Amino acid sequence: MSTTAIEMPSSRLTTNRAMPFGRLLNACLTEAKYETLRMLRTPAFGIPFLCLPVALYLLFAVLLFGAALRADHKSAIFTFAAFDVFGVMGPGLFGFGAVVALEREQGLLALKRALPMPPAAYLTAKLMMAMMFGVIITATMIAAALTLGHLPLSATQCAGLTVVNILGALPFCALGLFIGTRTSGKAAPAIANLIYLAMIYLSGIMFPLPKSMATMAVIWPAHHLDQLAFRVLGNPSEGAPWMHVAVLAGVTLLFTALSVRRLARVG
Amino acid sequence: MTSDCVAGLSGVSKKFGKTVALDGLDLEVRRGELFAVLGPNGAGKSTAISIMLGLRSPDQGTVQMFGESPRRVEARRQVGVMMQEVALAQELRVHEQIDLAASYYPDPLSVDAVLELTHTTPLRDRPYGKLSAGQKRQAQFAVAVCGRPKLLFLDEPTVGLDIQAREMMWSVLRRLVEQGASIVLTTHYLEEAEALADRVAVLARGRVIASGTVSEIRGHVVQKHISCSTTLAVDEVERWPGVESVSCSQLKMHISANNAEDIVRRLLAADEALEGLEVRRAGLSEAFAELTQETPQ
Repeated sequence: MSTTAIEMPSSRLTTNRAMPFGRLLNACLTEAKYETLRMLRTPAFGIPFLCLPVALYLLFAVLLFGAALRADHKSAIFTFAAFDVFGVMGPGLFGFGAVVALEREQGLLALKRALPMPPAAYLTAKLMMAMMFGVIITATMIAAALTLGHLPLSATQCAGLTVVNILGALPFCALGLFIGTRTSGKAAPAIANLIYLAMIYLSGIMFPLPKSMATMAVIWPAHHLDQLAFRVLGNPSEGAPWMHVAVLAGVTLLFTALSVRRLARVG
Repeated sequence: MTSDCVAGLSGVSKKFGKTVALDGLDLEVRRGELFAVLGPNGAGKSTAISIMLGLRSPDQGTVQMFGESPRRVEARRQVGVMMQEVALAQELRVHEQIDLAASYYPDPLSVDAVLELTHTTPLRDRPYGKLSAGQKRQAQFAVAVCGRPKLLFLDEPTVGLDIQAREMMWSVLRRLVEQGASIVLTTHYLEEAEALADRVAVLARGRVIASGTVSEIRGHVVQKHISCSTTLAVDEVERWPGVESVSCSQLKMHISANNAEDIVRRLLAADEALEGLEVRRAGLSEAFAELTQETPQ
């Protein structure tokens, strides 16, 4: 039995409600720290997202079609952007979709809602994770492109692509969150996969679509992120950049708002 | 609601489809008390607690926690929670779980103080996913108390605990109440409520069917239990006025009666060799069974 005096609910209680900004920030950072730690301790979840885009890029852009792409800069950029966008989509869609659904199902989210977790901490932590994945994927893709892919990229282009990828992860996080707040832990990975695969092919990022389908590509956020990547990397892009940014921002705001509303009401 | 009410429901109703979960429920948790909410499965306990915590909205009625909505994070900063159906992050160690939950509060205990208070120091570096069911409950309890809560919600806290761990948790709960915390406890172990609760509310079909101290709840049952070793025949005693039931086990006769004193006098007169006489008033489980018309759980 413990004999140490531990001051429990006490005279401190009357002042217990105020939360200084420093502690609010600390709560968000602590949540992000443990979210990262959890991911590092389950490498089976993170490694496929980190390795698959660069592995597929090396397979197609170096091993299978390396010679042809070295002679065709435009196609080389097209292929690079395709696997770059493919890499950015995964952590947001699955990290939010499957993990939020599972945590909802296991009651962890309800517990966090009942505890005084700052409302922004949960989403911020997961967002930071997805963005960190985006940075790592961008770095490995750029490294692969510069070395094995023989794709000349300037420092400005690399920096621009990193910014586009970090911010470009947001709409996929919002979509993933939307899936995670509305599906069960078992259904979420399947639904996220369905959207992931449909978007990869129907957004036209992997190969040019026939005209009849190309007009429909604009409904997918991946198409707009791909166009922004083209812009940064020097390939001709369709439409004005602000339009692509507006669509991606709109998708982010719409699905975040729907999900946050749902989380607040039913968890 | 009384002036020392720290949280409560007033006229709260909640339906899920056509099923009425709560039907005009009034509950009040007072400062510095351990308040046990009992009831058979489906009585509405979990729904009531989830509304009290702000996890669900009532269809009708009002809910307050420290005078405001439980959905306000400022109110919840004075609350600790231990839920029944929850899996904490499997990958995090126990001290990390406490550190994370403590970061939500303005003035939490240190991680080591929480481990010591809840007797979980040996679990400090164990990953949550590798703990036994009982150890997981202990870790969840540590998370619940880390913020020096003024109000603690505990849903079936001792399920899966061995006797020693249960006794330890009970002693911590008593200590918290002594220090001014209010505790809301839902439990299927009636002896737990009997041992700890200052006040009990028995729920059935979404309403409070009885509330008061444990003694007052017991008072709902007028029966007393008499046991003795006797040569008298069961069917003879069964015919005596006031006797509700008679059974025999382990060479003893067990009698339930409303007028225990009269029956004891008659027993002693009828059997001079009678020995091992015991009279016991109804416990909480008998009261619970009678109130809810259910088998004691």
